[in-house]
Amino acid sequence: MGVTVRLPGTLRDAVGGETKIQASGETLAEVFADIDRRHPGFRARVLDDRGSIRAYVNVYVGDTDARGSGGLATAVPDGSEVMVIPAMAGGR
Amino acid sequence: MVPLRRIGAGLRGELWGKLESFNPGGSVKDRAELWMVLDAEERLDLDGRTILDATSGNTGVALALVCAVRGHRVELCMPDKLSVERKRIAAAFGATLTLTDPLAGSDGAILAARAKAKDPRYVYVDQYANPANPLAHEETTGPELWEQTGGRLTHLVAGVGTSGTVVGASRALRPKGVRIVAVQPDDPLHGIEGWKHMATAIRPPIWDEAQADDHRTIGTDAAIAMAKRLAREEGILSGPSGGGAVAAALEVAREQEGVVVALLADGGERYLSTPMWE
Repeated sequence: MGVTVRLPGTLRDAVGGETKIQASGETLAEVFADIDRRHPGFRARVLDDRGSIRAYVNVYVGDTDARGSGGLATAVPDGSEVMVIPAMAGGR
Repeated sequence: MVPLRRIGAGLRGELWGKLESFNPGGSVKDRAELWMVLDAEERLDLDGRTILDATSGNTGVALALVCAVRGHRVELCMPDKLSVERKRIAAAFGATLTLTDPLAGSDGAILAARAKAKDPRYVYVDQYANPANPLAHEETTGPELWEQTGGRLTHLVAGVGTSGTVVGASRALRPKGVRIVAVQPDDPLHGIEGWKHMATAIRPPIWDEAQADDHRTIGTDAAIAMAKRLAREEGILSGPSGGGAVAAALEVAREQEGVVVALLADGGERYLSTPMWE
C-alpha cells in the first residue's frame, strides 16, 4: 500500500513536478531513501550534511511533528501521510 | 544602528547593522503597516469593516498592533504550522487568524486573503501591492539611514520579501548616490523568514528590480550561521533574514570601500521555538 508524501510547491522540481507522490518504507529515513532512488538529489534538499532534517524544513507523519518523535527514525505506518513543509515562508 | 566591529574587522568597507527589532512591534514591518493603515483611514470608509492581510508573521504582529491602537478589527491569513510566537503575539493584539495550507507557504496565504477580500466587509491592505508599503521606507527608513550615517552611507543591503524596503529606501537613497543591494534566498525551499525566491513565487506588484543596483543570493545555512555569529560576536540576537543580510553585506564590504549597512529586519526571539537555535 505504501505512504503518500505531500510536498510544497518549492520542492516540486525535485520530484519531477509533482506535489503528491507515493513511496514506501517503514521509517522516514526509508521513505526518503525510496524517493531519492527515483529522484536523485531529493534527500539533499530535505536533509543536511549530517543527514538530519534541515532546520528550515518540518516533516509531519500524520499530525505528528517528526522532529519531536524520533526524527528520521519515526515510524511511518502503511497508508499514512507524510507532509514536508517549509518551516518558514517568504514575504512575511 | 550599530557598527559590526568583530564581524566587519579587516574589510575594505565599514560594516554596520540597522536593527529593526527596536521598532515597537519588534520588526521592520511596523513602518509599512502604519503607513498602510493611515492611508486606508484617509481614503476609505473603515466603519464596521475588518482590515485584512496575508502574512507569515511579522506583518501580522505589526498590523495587529497598529489596528489595536487605531481601533480597527483585523484578520490575518497565515500559513499553518509556522513558529508559534508571532501567531500568539498577533492574537494577543486582538487579531483573528485564518490558518492556510502550510504546503502552499505565504503564496497560499495570499490566495486565501484575495478570496476573502471579495467580501466588502473586508479592507484588504495587501502589503505586496500597496504603494504605501514602499512609501513608508521612502519617508522613514531611507532618510533615517542617511541621517544615522551622517550622510556617509554608500551601500544598503536588504532582503527582498514584499520588496517594500528595497523599493522605498532606494527611492530615497539612490538620488544621493547610495548603491542598493537586494538579496534573495538561493533556493525556492528556504528558511529565511520574510524573503522571497522571486523566480518561483507570486511576484509582488510593487517589486521593481531596477530599484536595486546589485542582486545577490544567500543560502539558508549561511544566513543562520551568520545569525549565530551576530549573537556570539556582536551581542545581536537576529532572525535568519538579518543573518542573511549581514552575510551579503560582508561580501560587499569585502569587495568595496564605503559605509555598508545591512538591514536586520527582526530579532531572534521570535525563532526560539524553531530548530534554528538548537
